[in-house]
Amino acid sequence: MKLNDEENEILAGKAGPVPQQALRHQIKVGEFFDAEDFVPVTQAHIMADTESLGEAGVRWLEGLAAVSHGQRRVRIPTITDPRGTDFANAKLLGQTQAMLDLERRAIAAFEQLGVAMTNTCINYQTIQAPTRNEHAAFGDTGVVIYSNSICGARSNFEGGPSALAAGLTGRTPRYGFHLPELRRGTLRIQVDYTPTTLNGWGALGGVIGRLAGNYWAVPVVEGIDGAPKSDQLKHFGASMASFGSIALFHLVGLTPEAGRLADVADDGLPVHRITKADADALQQSYHTDDQVDVVVFSAPQLSLYELSDLAGLCDGRRFSVPLLAVTSPQVKPDCDRMGYTARIEAAGGNVLSGMCFYQSYAREISEARGWKRLATNSAKLVNILGGYGYRPMLASMEACVDAAVNGKLVRT
Amino acid sequence: MGLTVRGPALVAHDGFSARYDLDRIKGVFSRPAHKLAGQSYVGRILVLDTAKGGVATAWMLHEMQSRGIVPLAIVLNSVNPILAQGAALGDVPMLAGFDVDITAAVPNGAEVEVNPQMSLLTVVQAKP
Repeated sequence: MKLNDEENEILAGKAGPVPQQALRHQIKVGEFFDAEDFVPVTQAHIMADTESLGEAGVRWLEGLAAVSHGQRRVRIPTITDPRGTDFANAKLLGQTQAMLDLERRAIAAFEQLGVAMTNTCINYQTIQAPTRNEHAAFGDTGVVIYSNSICGARSNFEGGPSALAAGLTGRTPRYGFHLPELRRGTLRIQVDYTPTTLNGWGALGGVIGRLAGNYWAVPVVEGIDGAPKSDQLKHFGASMASFGSIALFHLVGLTPEAGRLADVADDGLPVHRITKADADALQQSYHTDDQVDVVVFSAPQLSLYELSDLAGLCDGRRFSVPLLAVTSPQVKPDCDRMGYTARIEAAGGNVLSGMCFYQSYAREISEARGWKRLATNSAKLVNILGGYGYRPMLASMEACVDAAVNGKLVRT
Repeated sequence: MGLTVRGPALVAHDGFSARYDLDRIKGVFSRPAHKLAGQSYVGRILVLDTAKGGVATAWMLHEMQSRGIVPLAIVLNSVNPILAQGAALGDVPMLAGFDVDITAAVPNGAEVEVNPQMSLLTVVQAKP
């Protein structure tokens, strides 16, 4: 990789060992992908739940935080994805003291590195959405795909170590979706309907993700009517990224780089047609039981509008199984202030903050609480939780709330 | 990326994500729909189709390496940045990008050598 004077100085250790180590890591990754040079980034977002880090990852962070000389703090705004717990609700989740202690150690290390603990995977709704052509280093696949596709920003999937490295050096290797030529479509998707529910958008995203199949695929979607809402596209993108490892899609006539088909698609791309039946089939494939142990709304964290809708569905109801709604620390105070939290709790539900269900020791939660059969309106969550021993089921928010009341999920 | 290693190949035309697919405590594939469900990945050279899922693998390979419950190497037809970043931090040899479908070219259970510096995978013995 070509390095400029500043990068050569960092590599030589003139800024201290922390940025030096970070740049070395970035060069290793950049050379793997044949990056020619670095590109400056304006913000970084770190996925670093402690279930992923483990003791080894937390010690690694503490090692960086303990360095006493040179530049140790991040150079650009650097924020965090959800934590592995909501400390106020750890007992509800059956989490152990050891999990909480590890979490506190990770937070302390990040704070010493200058990282802002925003603990959110919807920073594009709650902190600061990136702008078109803004180069960033975002972790969390849902954040990347939304930022790339809906905002027109430029980011690869940056895992925790790489996102932290970008924060510490203020740059990232220029490869993948930082390059205009890799942002063009690789396949066309024609749909003959427009989903109306969040789970419906997620199911469609899942079908497209499975079909597209790998990180370098860029689906160009035609046939969506109207102007989808932010929450709908949040579920659509998060699911597509989860099922397919997709980081960028275009909606013709809607997303910023795809005013016309020709703006993003060359002649001769393969064309695939997807029907509502395809998305319904994906949803139904997860409906493996009628009984429900727990209902979870999470992945991505809920917006204030989603929580408002949920509160409306909870009015006058009484749950027979636990219902968890997970949001960001930025949204939670408003959820409290608007009275939504009280209405959800009055029905027997809980509103959790700063975590995401699958990033919070989901396997141990299942074992501690006996939760196996889980209903959710998140297609991303059902795609993830099978490996954690759950039998996840996908349904609308309305059907999930009904399931929390009756303990049964109605087949559709 | 990484050092040359030799070992038994565990092959399937399926994806790979440490969070989605593995029980990292037991060291087995745990996702019921995965073609390697129930099989141990410890000490194996995984030969799979493509990187799937989210960003957690970037940390998890490092964590798995610290406990020795880790694949010997990861070989993929198509890699994403997360696998490369995770391999870089976790010191797990990784190879990707072949002229053929590598999951069809390598027999399951074969003894293989992975040389990331030379971008070379060698089937040493098809049926040990």
